[in-house]
Amino acid sequence: MPQYLALTYTADVDWWAPEQAEELAEYRKFGVEYAEKVKASAVLHPTATATVVRVEGARGGPIVTTDGPYAETKEALTGYYLIEAEDLEEAIKIAAEIPAAWGGAVEVRPVILAK
Amino acid sequence: MDQQYDAVAETIRIEGTRILATLIRTVGDVQLAEDAVQEATLAALGAWPVTGVPPEPRAWLTVTARRKAIDIIRRERARAAKERDGSELIELNRRDLDPAGAFDLDRAFDLERAFDLERAFDAHRALVAEGARAPECSLSAGAALDSDAMQQDDLLRLIFTCCHPSLSPPTRVALALRTLCGLSPAQIAGVLLTTEVATTKRLVRARQKIAAARIPYRVPSEPELPDRLPAVCAVIHSLYTAGHAPLEGETAYDVDLCAEAIRLAELLHTLLSDQPMPTAVLALLLLTESRRPARVDTSGEVVTLDQQDRTLWDRDLITRGVALLNDSLNRSDRQADAYQLQAAIAAEHARVPSYSATDWREIVRLYELLNQVSPSPAAQLGHVVAIAETGEVDTALNLLDAIPQTARWHAIRAELLARQSHYAEAVTELTKALECTPANHPEQSHRKRRQALFTHHANNPTPHPAPPSDHTQPEAAPSATRLGL
Repeated sequence: MPQYLALTYTADVDWWAPEQAEELAEYRKFGVEYAEKVKASAVLHPTATATVVRVEGARGGPIVTTDGPYAETKEALTGYYLIEAEDLEEAIKIAAEIPAAWGGAVEVRPVILAK
Repeated sequence: MDQQYDAVAETIRIEGTRILATLIRTVGDVQLAEDAVQEATLAALGAWPVTGVPPEPRAWLTVTARRKAIDIIRRERARAAKERDGSELIELNRRDLDPAGAFDLDRAFDLERAFDLERAFDAHRALVAEGARAPECSLSAGAALDSDAMQQDDLLRLIFTCCHPSLSPPTRVALALRTLCGLSPAQIAGVLLTTEVATTKRLVRARQKIAAARIPYRVPSEPELPDRLPAVCAVIHSLYTAGHAPLEGETAYDVDLCAEAIRLAELLHTLLSDQPMPTAVLALLLLTESRRPARVDTSGEVVTLDQQDRTLWDRDLITRGVALLNDSLNRSDRQADAYQLQAAIAAEHARVPSYSATDWREIVRLYELLNQVSPSPAAQLGHVVAIAETGEVDTALNLLDAIPQTARWHAIRAELLARQSHYAEAVTELTKALECTPANHPEQSHRKRRQALFTHHANNPTPHPAPPSDHTQPEAAPSATRLGL
């Protein structure tokens, strides 16, 4: 069965903040409802907690880390779902049920499956 | 000879679409199917001018294209086998890097079916060798040709895949021109005002997305149609608009886009004759097309609606367009859509014998509805012109203030000001209109003539009757969708 990664882009929020509780519950509801289709998922801490890692030159070179998000944007990557779907149309239907779809956007990317 | 060659090429191009549609379903891969049809086309171009077009060109091309597809698969298998001699890592990388590559045999092709086809082809060749004259004699008895109904479904599948909402509008247009109209990337680049390289890239990416993201090759179910049809209709309509009213500069392509768009509109209407939207699109295109012979004079100058020789309008197209519009309206239970309204406006113009007999109040009403259903600057400008034609020039000028300024906006404002004998201001507006369009714009010389006339009036302030109104819609379909890339 083909897999799609549904990346959620929303306001850069702290999901543990009390005011997010209601929205988080919406996501949980989606997770329960589509448990059969969702193979993996994660919610991310805000981008302020992010560290960008680069290796200078080639492998083994000095590790350079940068604080904060890679790019400052209004909508940040805040989580993902790995979903199974027959084709893009089914994947889009499922993605449209993720709360991020109306609070922000969901990017659906086909996953390359190992043979 | 050349003419015969052109006729052959045209047949091949048009039949090619149907064959492609069927082949994509059979082999499950757009690229493979296109390559095969391309090779079959070359074969036909080589053979037909000499042997004549076979009695059933589609059957000939179908059989040849399928055989070519099998040839390509064989070649690819041989290539893949050689590559397997390399390290497994390289092989793995190749697959990873090229997930939507032309050949994914496991998924894309049912080998058993391929072998069946081969048997069919072998049998066919044997029959031909025995002296059976036309290929379809041997094949229509076999399993290699599909029924008409199946072919119709294949065409619909192809149309809906090319116009899938997950593809960007310009990509839909490019795919439609490539797969539905059989144009070359160079021709498409000319139409979309871009480069061949960019067009080829766009097409490659589109095919990769169709394969990798699995955009399904199927006709939407009846309840899905209302969501899916607008994208298809928009592609056809924007093709026609691009061919009919080139917006930026002179057209340098040899393709009659209007004819292509009408052909697709006819096709979609035939395939989904009970759907009001494709019917309205066809009506709109035919009604607009009916005026085409009068749009340009013998010296190639644009003739505005009020100056057109209406005896040049194609009455047959008008009759058919009006009948289709009525049919479409009868079939829809909702508020009229943008195509129905634009067709109704065109029909209203077609109905009357002269510009002065136009029922402008009705046209104002239709534009108001159009701006409710599908607001656009073009439709707003149409509304302003119609208001002015009812005599309310002040109202029209006020409405103009709320519309984004374009060359056409300035040209219309100039005409409205001239109506009020403000010739100097009219000249200024026309200067602005001329400044923001390229020198080879089709309306350029018309606007220059108006500028000269208004300059004359400005310099000779005798009480002059208002010049003949000349600011009517240049024949663009009112809510023209730009083919911006």
